[in-house]
Amino acid sequence: MVDHEELARPWTLPPDDPRLQPYAKNPARAEKVIAACFIFAILCLAAFGASYWQAASERVMGGFLAVGLFALGFGIAAWGKYLTPRGPFEEPRHILHGTQLEQEAFQAAVVERAEVVIGRRPFLIKLLAMAGGITAVVMAFPLLRSLGPLPGKSLFHTPWRKGSRVVTASGRAITVDDLEVGGILTVFPEQAPGSAVAQTLLIRVATEPIVTQPGRETWGPAGYLAFSKVCTHAGCPVTLYEEQFQQLLCPCHQSLFDIYDGAVPVFGPAPRPLPQLPLMVDDQGYLRAQADYDQPIGPGFWERTTT
Amino acid sequence: MSTQAAQGPTRPQSRTRPARKDRKGSAVDRSLNWIDDRLGVSKAGRTFMDKIFPDHWSFMLGEIALYSFVVLVATGIFLTLYYIPSSKEVIYHGSYLPLKGRKMSEAYLSTVNLSLKVRFGLVMRQAHHWAADVFVGAIAVHMCRVFFTGAFRRPRELNWAVGVTLLTLAIVNGFIGYSLPGDLISGTGLRIMFSIILSIPLIGTYLAFFLFGGNYPGNGIIIPRLFIIHVLIVPAIIAALIGAHLFLLVRQKHTQFAGPGRREDNVVGSPMWPNFMLKTTGFQAMVAAVLLGLGAFAQINPIWQFGPYVPYKVSYAVQPDWYMAWLDGALRIMPSWEFAGFGHTIPLEVTLPAVVLPGLTFGLFYAWPFLEARFTGDYLPHHILDRPRDRPRRTGLGAGILAFYFVLFGASSTDVLANYLHVSLNAVLWSFRVLVFVVPVIVGFLAYEISKELAALPDSGKRKRAMIVERTPQGEYLAEPAEPRPGDGTEELEPEPVPVHMPVAELVGSGSLGDETGTEAGPAGVRQVER
Ligand code: HEM
Ligand code: FES
Repeated sequence: MVDHEELARPWTLPPDDPRLQPYAKNPARAEKVIAACFIFAILCLAAFGASYWQAASERVMGGFLAVGLFALGFGIAAWGKYLTPRGPFEEPRHILHGTQLEQEAFQAAVVERAEVVIGRRPFLIKLLAMAGGITAVVMAFPLLRSLGPLPGKSLFHTPWRKGSRVVTASGRAITVDDLEVGGILTVFPEQAPGSAVAQTLLIRVATEPIVTQPGRETWGPAGYLAFSKVCTHAGCPVTLYEEQFQQLLCPCHQSLFDIYDGAVPVFGPAPRPLPQLPLMVDDQGYLRAQADYDQPIGPGFWERTTT
Repeated sequence: MSTQAAQGPTRPQSRTRPARKDRKGSAVDRSLNWIDDRLGVSKAGRTFMDKIFPDHWSFMLGEIALYSFVVLVATGIFLTLYYIPSSKEVIYHGSYLPLKGRKMSEAYLSTVNLSLKVRFGLVMRQAHHWAADVFVGAIAVHMCRVFFTGAFRRPRELNWAVGVTLLTLAIVNGFIGYSLPGDLISGTGLRIMFSIILSIPLIGTYLAFFLFGGNYPGNGIIIPRLFIIHVLIVPAIIAALIGAHLFLLVRQKHTQFAGPGRREDNVVGSPMWPNFMLKTTGFQAMVAAVLLGLGAFAQINPIWQFGPYVPYKVSYAVQPDWYMAWLDGALRIMPSWEFAGFGHTIPLEVTLPAVVLPGLTFGLFYAWPFLEARFTGDYLPHHILDRPRDRPRRTGLGAGILAFYFVLFGASSTDVLANYLHVSLNAVLWSFRVLVFVVPVIVGFLAYEISKELAALPDSGKRKRAMIVERTPQGEYLAEPAEPRPGDGTEELEPEPVPVHMPVAELVGSGSLGDETGTEAGPAGVRQVER
C-alpha cells in the first residue's frame, strides 16, 4: 500500500546531508557562470534574428544561431550538473518476471484457453491457416506487383536496332569523318538519344577496319569500335579512355577493359567484357548499328544465360 | 503539490468549482491534480521523476544519436517545404551561372534553389546532412559501448535487437536521402543500388523492376517513391523503435559500472528530475548547436557543383557517405567471380560483398547476445557492466570485427591511395585483399592480450595520486602517496535511495530487503521487490 505521508515529503534526507548539496564547490560562482551563458545566449539568438532580418550570409546567421544555442544548452546542462543535489542516489531494481504462480497462471490462460477454443477444432485451424496464407499471397499482388512491370525480356535488349543511326546525346548523326584517331564520344541509337541502357562508347582507334575478336570481322569499320558504356560490374558509366594503353576505366571501382581485345576486363571486379556493338558505314558515310548487342549489357542478373 | 497530494485518493469531490480564493496549491499543483484525476498518473509520474541515471560519460553516446534524430526531423521538415520530389525535366534559369540553361530534374533544381536561394536554406540542408552522418556515427559508437561492456546480456537482448534495427534503418535512410537531390554523385549511387538489387538470385530482377518501376532508370517514379520512404515511412518506423528502445530502457532500468554502493539489485546515480532533465535538455541544445554550426561552416555535399544527374556521365569523386563506404570498399576488393551455369548467372562479385556481407553483418549483430550466452554458458541476468578488459575474448573478437570494417572502409579509397602513395592500383588492391584478413586477426589478438594484461593489474585505469618521494639521511628512499588536495573530487558516499514512496525505504538503503516486501530470490541473487 502506498504510504501517503511518504508521498507528501519530497526529500527524505536532512537538509544538511552532503548528498543534497550542489555538486559545485562554489555554487555562487557556478550560478554566475551559468547566468553569463544565458546572457550570451540571449545576445547571440537576438543577433541571429537580426542577421536573418538583414539577410546576412548563411555563415553569419548559422554562426549566431549555433553559438547562441550552444551557450544556452551549456548553461542548462551546467545548471543540471553543478547546482542540483550531488547524490549519489539509488533506486531498487525490480525483478521483471512474475512469481512462479503468476507465470503459471499466465501460461494456463494462454494455453488452456487455446486448447478449449482452438485445440479441439483442427479442421477450422487448417482452414484458418489456408485463409491466412492466401491473404498474404493475394495482398502481395497489389503491394508488390503493381509497383512495376515484370522484367520479361527487357534486360536482354537495348533500343539499338539493325540499321539504327549512331547519334550524339543531342541527336546529331555521326559520320565516318567525325572522329579523329584517338577520339571518343558517347553515342546512342537515333530512336533513343540519352538512353541510360543504350549508351555506347564510340572510339576511333585507327583508320582501317579493326577486328577485336574472331567472329567480329566486320564490326569495326574504318577503325571505329563501339562498346556498351554500362559497366558489367555494377552499372556505372565507363567514362575514362586511356589512349596510351587502349584501355577503358570505370571510375566507380576501377575496372579496366582492354579495347583491342574486345573490352575484356583486365583489372578490377568487372566479370565480363563490355558488349561490343557491331557497326557499319552506310552509303552516305553515316555510322549505323548492324544489330543490337549480341548479349545483355550491364551487370549480371539471375535470368542472364551464359554466353 | 504536497498539501493536495497528502490527501491522496480521499480528496473530497466537490460538485461545484471552488471559488478562486478557496483553491489550494499553486497553478502547477492544480494542473497536475487535474491530469491525475483523469489519467491516474501520480504514482507512475512520481516513480518516473525518481528514475535514476548512472553517471558515466559513455551513456551520453545514445543521447547524441537521439538528439541528432530530433535535429534530422526538425531540419527535414524544413527541407520538405522546398524540395520537389520529381524527375520532370526542367531548365535552370536561376542566378548560379555554371548551371544556367542546363537541363535538370525538378528535384535537382529545387535542391539547388534550396541551397542558393532560400534564406537559411543552405544551413538547414547542410545541418540535415551532418546530422545524418552524426546520427549513424553516434549509433555505431553507442553500439560499441553496449557491446564492449556487455550491456546486451540478459535481460537486454531485445533492446540490442531494436538498436541493430535502428542502425540498419539509419543507414538505409541516409542512403535514400543522399539520392534525393538528383545530382551526379547520388544518381550514380542509385545506379549501383539498382545493380546490387539485380544481383540477388531468383528474385533480384523482379525486386529491382518493382522498386524502380521498370528497367533502370525506371519510369520517373523512383524519386517520389524514395521521397515518401525517406520522409515518412522510415522515419516513422525509426521514431516508433526509438520509443520502444526508451520504453525498454525505463522498464529494465540502466546498467551501471561497478563502484561503491552499486549492486546488481540497485541503480546508483542522479534522479530524472531535476538533475538529468536539465542536463539532457541542455545537451540536446548543444548537439543541435554543433550540427547547425557544422551546417553553417563545414560544406557538405555541394550538389550545385556536381551538376545534375545524367545517366551517361559520372563524377570522378564517386564517394558515398562514410557509413556506406565499407560496402563500396567490399565491392572494390572483391575478385570478379561471376557464377554462370545451368542457364543462370549469379554475379557473386556483387552479391557477395553487397548483399551477403551486409546480411551476415547484421545477422551476426542480431545473434550476438544469444551466441555469446551459448558459448560462455552465462544465461544469468546482468546489470553491472563489464569493463572491456574483464572479457578478453569478447573484447578481442569485437575489436577484430571492427578492424575488418575499418579495413573495408579504407578499401573504398583504393584509387585515392594509389595516387597519393604513387603505387599501382594493383598493389593497393592486393594489399587490401590481404589486409582485410590479416589486420582483424592482429587487432583482435592484441586487444585480447592487452585486456588480459590490464585485467591482471589491480587499480589499472584509475587516476593515480601523486607520490611524494623522500630520501632519508641514510640514503633510503621512501615513497608515499600525497594527501588528496582539497577539491580533488567529492568523496564517495553510500548512495541514498531517492525520495521513497514505499515501505521498502530503509531496507533498500541498508542493502537488504525484508520479508514483507521481497519475495523469491532471483537467479543472480537479485531480489524481487513488490510495488
Ligand atoms: C531517419 C533519419 C534521416 C536520415 C539519416 C536522413 C538523411 C538525409 C540525407 C543524407 C540527405 C541528403 C541531403 C543533402 O545533402 O542534400 C537527406 C535529404 C532530405 N531529407 Fe532526410 N534524413 C532523415 C530524416 C528525414 C526526415 C524525418 C525528413 C522530413 C520529415 C527528411 C527530409 C529530407 C528531404 C526533403 C531531403 C531532400 C532535400 C535535400 O536533399 O536537400 N529527412 N536526408
Ligand atoms: S561499376 Fe564499374 S567497376 Fe564497379
